[in-house]
Amino acid sequence: MNFNNKNGLPTKYILLILTIVCLVLIGLSYLFEDIVKPLHYITGVTITPMQRGVNYIGLWVTDKVDLMTEIKRLEEENEALREQLDEYQRDNRIALSDEDELKALRSLYEIDSRYPSYDKVAANVISKDAGNWFDTFILDRGSSQGIQVGCNVISGNGLVGIVTEVGPNYAKVRSIIDDESTVSAMFLTDDALCSVLGDEKYMDEGYIRVEHITKDANINEGDELITSAISDKFLPGLTIGYVSNLTIDSNNLTMSGDVKPAVDFDNIQTVLVILDLKQNVGDQ
Amino acid sequence: MRRFLIQVFIILICFLLQTTAFRYLEFAGVVPNLLLIPTVSFGMMRGRKEGMVVGFLSGLLVDAMYGTILGPYALLYMYLGYINGYFHRVYYMEDILLPMLMVGVNDFFFGLIVYIVSYLLRGRLDFGFYFVHVILPEMVYTMILSLVIYKPLVRINLWLKSLEEGVDKS
Repeated sequence: MNFNNKNGLPTKYILLILTIVCLVLIGLSYLFEDIVKPLHYITGVTITPMQRGVNYIGLWVTDKVDLMTEIKRLEEENEALREQLDEYQRDNRIALSDEDELKALRSLYEIDSRYPSYDKVAANVISKDAGNWFDTFILDRGSSQGIQVGCNVISGNGLVGIVTEVGPNYAKVRSIIDDESTVSAMFLTDDALCSVLGDEKYMDEGYIRVEHITKDANINEGDELITSAISDKFLPGLTIGYVSNLTIDSNNLTMSGDVKPAVDFDNIQTVLVILDLKQNVGDQ
Repeated sequence: MRRFLIQVFIILICFLLQTTAFRYLEFAGVVPNLLLIPTVSFGMMRGRKEGMVVGFLSGLLVDAMYGTILGPYALLYMYLGYINGYFHRVYYMEDILLPMLMVGVNDFFFGLIVYIVSYLLRGRLDFGFYFVHVILPEMVYTMILSLVIYKPLVRINLWLKSLEEGVDKS
């Protein structure tokens, strides 16, 4: 490409041609989703390893910076954790005996466990969407580890998002705080169905929205929201977050409120991808 | 050709930094729009054609990596680069204020257009909020970083220019 070529096409025409190229690409990729896949594949395979490299360097630097402050904090934390451990060991003994009882009761009633143990694979978050308007990120594991489009992604106990695109060595995840994300949910204590919507506007304060809760639902602030059984994309029973600021909508039929996600989206580095898809789990 | 390859390389570096390293250097919850800086700089230093090409490539990279639809960011960055080319005439190499202001203005229009296309059309009407919480911090952050990135870009441009002149004479 020669930019100094004064005899070449006038810039205006090149602009026109590139504009048409863009519009055609937009049209084609809107109509036929498969057309962009090879390109996504190429960038995924070439750019992702570079991002992984830069990411490791970034992590290494922040690690070193954090190390000094961490040591002091860890000592304090260690103290607290030891106390907690004692407590939990006590609780655990009680829980174990409860579990035996539960097993016996389950087999008695022939109920399958509500949370079957899914196959999971751990992955690192290596890069984030290029702008500030959406919340999608890229993981360093892909189809070669068995990840497929539609896999649910969790971190700790909470739902992070869903895989929207996958290549051999990367997977793109749309998080539940993304402005375009909607998750069908219900309450742990009450089966009232509702929708959890990502919202850029509340995200700065660390909240997402929950809407369409029926007014009669018997719920309180602080109740846990979990993914509902009727969703065709999300596995049932995954924790989404905790509800607060419930208000009755102007239609006087439904309530809406804020949800504090169970996952800390600001500091998310490793996640678990559940390999079982909702559709397949239903078939079993 | 050499110029083109170096520009691709610069775009790639900005893209990698924007999507990885700056995740750890978030400021007021936003990541700077680094890709806009080469687009604006080359538009101003070299004119419409190069601004357009650099913008097009930057946008295409974003689309190819993160978009579900191919083309909108390419279109947006390309037009920003092209329009910046008109300021080639009033550009002085020593002046850093104008490029910085241009980066800010460009980032404002960038944010505005993304807001209109992907937010306003979905019924998110509270422009004031998005302006204060996304567009403004991104503008400020990107402008501050343009102070750092602009100078090396000028150097690279001068170096390329001297190489090209050498080639022309021989």
